[in-house]
Amino acid sequence: MTGAEGEAQVQAIGSDEDVVRVRQLVRTVAVAAKLSLVDQTKVVTAASELARNTLVYGGGGQAAVSTVDNGQRRGVRVVFSDSGPGIADLDLALTDGYTSGGGLGLGLSGARRLCDEFELDTAVGAGTTIAVVKWAR
Amino acid sequence: MERVPILKIGSVLLVSIQVDMQDQMALQLQEDLGQRIVDTGAKGVIIDITGLDIVDSFVGRTLSTIASISRVLDAETIVVGMRPAVAITLVELGLSLDGIRTSLNVERGLELLARNAEPETVDDLDFLDEPETTSP
Repeated sequence: MTGAEGEAQVQAIGSDEDVVRVRQLVRTVAVAAKLSLVDQTKVVTAASELARNTLVYGGGGQAAVSTVDNGQRRGVRVVFSDSGPGIADLDLALTDGYTSGGGLGLGLSGARRLCDEFELDTAVGAGTTIAVVKWAR
Repeated sequence: MERVPILKIGSVLLVSIQVDMQDQMALQLQEDLGQRIVDTGAKGVIIDITGLDIVDSFVGRTLSTIASISRVLDAETIVVGMRPAVAITLVELGLSLDGIRTSLNVERGLELLARNAEPETVDDLDFLDEPETTSP
């Protein structure tokens, strides 16, 4: 195995259709990283939630998808970024069932459960960046 | 935009989702189904999701909403064909698919609908079936 992180493929998120494209891109990379079918399904589902959040709450942005390698396992890493309003109350936003929009309030909290690593960086007025990693077992 | 086709088999509407749906397409299906239930007087709706490789919270919510709309229109919804990996992911996501009945496949879904149709069950929406003879 070589470097820690492969080159990222970037998908802009500006419409419903782009959310579908993010799902497809994450699926392709997850297959290449040899994730099991269940783990592929989990990371694609998480990506779908986060891509929709980027579109609906962040006003659009992008997803950067890459393979990662920690020397023992391979995985897929997806970084979602937007320059939207940011998240004012992070604890609340990560609570199951809380939504500021019309959703079910499972997007952020559910996506966190479905991935192995979840990093969220946000500031009011400065946008939101969320990085998730799913490792092959 | 592409639409999900709705087939009528007897008193059942069959929807087989074969593509990775955009959110708008899911909402369109919700509207189309409501209309078709009213137009055909269908008593049951079977939604086959064999072709879906993921169900996220949006699709899950749409399925729940479809089930609620159908119920109000006197039709029962059964979701069939969920893949095991999708079921595992749904549970971990925290989605409960409220009000949705499931069967393993279309055949079992049809059996379930047929069984439920036999005895005229009295439920809370029974008044919708009352004949319109309210005037003296």
